[in-house]
Amino acid sequence: MTTKFEVNGKPVSVDVEPRLTLADCLRHELRLTGTHIGCEHGVCGACTVLVDGEAVRSCLILAVQAEGTKITTVEGLSNDADLTPLQKSFRKHHALQCGFCTPGFITTAHALLTEEPDCDADRVREVLSGNICRCTGYIGIVDAVLEARASYKK
Amino acid sequence: MKNTFIGAPMERREDLRFLRGRGEYVDDVAMPGLLYAVILRSSVAHGRLVSIDASAALKVPGVHSVITGADMPGGPPIIPMRLQPLPEFKPFEQPVIAHEKVRYVGEPIAVLLATSAAIGEDALEAIAVEIEDLPPVADWQTAAKNQSVLFEKPGTNRSLVFQARKGEADAAFANAPYVRREYFRTGRHYGLTMEPRGVMATWDDATAKLTIYGAAKVPFFNRRILSAQIGLPVEQIEMIENDVGGGYGARGEFYPEDFLIPFAARHVKRPVKWIEDRRENLMAMNHAREEECDLEVACARDGTILAIRGEVHTDMGAYMRTNGAVGARNVSQFMAGPYRVPHVKIDSSLWMTNKTPVGTYRGPGRFEANFFFERMIDMIAADLGIDRIELRRKNLIKSVEQPYPIAHVQPTDAKDEYDSGEYSETLDRALQEIDWPKLEKLQGKLIDGKYHGLGVVCFIEGGAAGPKESARIEVNKDGTLSVYMGTSSVGQGVETVFAQIAADALEVPIERIHQVYHGSTAYVSDGYGAYHSRSTVMGGSAVLDATNNFMATLRQAAGKRMGCAESNVTLDVDKVNGGGRSMALKEFAGLTAEGAFLNKKHTYSYGAHVAHITVDAKLGRIEIVDYVVVQDVGRAVNPLTVRGQVLGSLVQGLGGAVLEDLKYDENGQFLTGSLADYLLPTATDFPNLRCVVLDDYPSPINPLGAKGAGEGGIIAAGGCMSNAVANALQSLGAEPRQLPLSPTYIWELVQAGRKQAAE
Repeated sequence: MTTKFEVNGKPVSVDVEPRLTLADCLRHELRLTGTHIGCEHGVCGACTVLVDGEAVRSCLILAVQAEGTKITTVEGLSNDADLTPLQKSFRKHHALQCGFCTPGFITTAHALLTEEPDCDADRVREVLSGNICRCTGYIGIVDAVLEARASYKK
Repeated sequence: MKNTFIGAPMERREDLRFLRGRGEYVDDVAMPGLLYAVILRSSVAHGRLVSIDASAALKVPGVHSVITGADMPGGPPIIPMRLQPLPEFKPFEQPVIAHEKVRYVGEPIAVLLATSAAIGEDALEAIAVEIEDLPPVADWQTAAKNQSVLFEKPGTNRSLVFQARKGEADAAFANAPYVRREYFRTGRHYGLTMEPRGVMATWDDATAKLTIYGAAKVPFFNRRILSAQIGLPVEQIEMIENDVGGGYGARGEFYPEDFLIPFAARHVKRPVKWIEDRRENLMAMNHAREEECDLEVACARDGTILAIRGEVHTDMGAYMRTNGAVGARNVSQFMAGPYRVPHVKIDSSLWMTNKTPVGTYRGPGRFEANFFFERMIDMIAADLGIDRIELRRKNLIKSVEQPYPIAHVQPTDAKDEYDSGEYSETLDRALQEIDWPKLEKLQGKLIDGKYHGLGVVCFIEGGAAGPKESARIEVNKDGTLSVYMGTSSVGQGVETVFAQIAADALEVPIERIHQVYHGSTAYVSDGYGAYHSRSTVMGGSAVLDATNNFMATLRQAAGKRMGCAESNVTLDVDKVNGGGRSMALKEFAGLTAEGAFLNKKHTYSYGAHVAHITVDAKLGRIEIVDYVVVQDVGRAVNPLTVRGQVLGSLVQGLGGAVLEDLKYDENGQFLTGSLADYLLPTATDFPNLRCVVLDDYPSPINPLGAKGAGEGGIIAAGGCMSNAVANALQSLGAEPRQLPLSPTYIWELVQAGRKQAAE
């Protein structure tokens, strides 16, 4: 099926099997390999992307369901010149080790801070509890997201 | 210039790619003409493999071929053990694919190659497999009856008994004024990595060369295994280490797929990729931990520990895998932890069962030993009416006793000893950090429906496995330097740590260390990898040696070219000076020198965990109010990453203490095949955790003074949490004797305590 949507600001058109997940479409059809697949049953959050600004597990929706949406992946939240304030904060607080879950945390945190730049630590923990990190123990991640709040305040 | 990168909390260079989604994990590598492998796994725990009929699957469009043990000339090769490769274990080693018998749910039976993984998964269902059921062995007690044996030739389900010995334990017990005996057990865990495993192999027919992507942890060793199995010289096999999404002891050992995928690529002369899904990962990656312990401790009335004696039984699963014996070995040697115990006698039995085979998981055997022994210390302190902290302090090894000899394990290794440290200082610091005197009065108190409890334990962590590690420094075309390592990255930050060490030694700005390459077999002559908290100590010391050799080589070359004495040559950032002349370092592009560090001794970092928790006795729910880990690591090369190791491993340990348990039914059917069944800690579970990293007592056995420090957080978490629960529920007489401390188990403890009180 031909499916059209926007990824990281660019319109794309892909011809995919109806059963292809959005995660596999992004990774293998569009070669955006920053989105990672950790469980394929919606528990680990590694594959989280933004669909029309909302954090969505791309392993739980089909590529064809993305028709007409605007999708942002970790690549779309990054630039060549420098790390973003959120990324800098992750680096400063050692909020990542192996890096595999990191794109999912970046997208989830971005969605949260965009909506709720004044969130408190409990709220950050609540929202991040849908993403699993096996390396850091979450301490650095929570600290990083809390510090990055300032950069999301208008 | 004199650098001080070592000891500085430097931000990691790895982060620049990971944060932007630019890491390259094995599934991110694209390859034209790729076939995708999917693996048919046994759904039966124990049975005779009667027949495999793939004819229907081969008719599915997109299916290329199906490979079974029958395709392997001479039968499926066996995977040899990497650590403790004792002759006793030989009959229990795993074939790369089930051939005549299946021995666990998840054991590979056939490999199907297709043009996409989805087609392959569909077609798997069309392979008809006939298995004749045999009586399953689902726990060690059943295994011990030897009525149903997994391996006919040895005729027993016990592959070995490790014997840890020191002094004369039986004599000490005979004369002891006080003895306590207890029975404990731990759950079955595993080093779940967020990136499932993956292997991609390409075969070049013209040069007869295999290239394997997705190597991790111990690529050089695995290359030697594959070379022998597949009949190719090691030079014809290249192992490429991509970014690796977590290790924890489990990732990167040689698994069946590490033969099957390269074999398939060579068999069909096409590139083949296999990426594990999570369900497979739960039943195919090494399991760990499930141990039971019958422990006796003898003490003097003043609380001086005189001797320990006991038996440990490990549920090994179906095969002796590469590092499968480590946990059962360690639990016997490290039962006494950081305490002065003059007499030790522990027998540790390894029982084969119809479950996923066991390997190491961070803190192998040490997590279990810490839980068994620290739980016991609290019980003894209560019996003898001695404060549990005083009892610990009295028995902790003092620095004047170092190096302190520990129990000798037969039939494996030479004698071992702890290296350095004043263990009580970390205990004192932890108590001070959490403000113990202020919290003391809360012990056992019921406040707002929750019982408050305090836990305290001490631990020892081993590291720096030898015998050797290699490093190489090379001048790049642009005059920067590259460091090539024989160790591997599993995400711990070694690129940053080795750059710090190299820049300090060469006295150059850290930016001059352009790149740290690691893992792949092409970089250095030999490498040993990332396990046993060894990378910083062994790899870092090898970097120091490489920098010395590099400077000697540079002085020689520059002296010749500039016509001056070698001793006059100096390196100044990007210039080489000598005899009044100066050359750009890039003029020496390609100049390289290798170094190595050889070491047969182990480092022992140590510390203490202290926790303040609450327990809701009605819900069985535990909450952490405050938790402090203090660990002395000898020398913290990068305090930021050491802190990450301590806190990260602590949360893994808390998962094992409270949540994680791989379950089987009595038929050996696997019951926890998803992340909804195998519960991992999330961001809301354990919020209030702190750590203090000390480097007061450097290790005397390496030039950095560093000690392996990747496991201290996990080792003592089960002991600390269970002691805190016992302390909280003291009025109900609840004494945890098993992990995990699940809500159900705590509720059962509370009910049992109430019933006992009523009688």
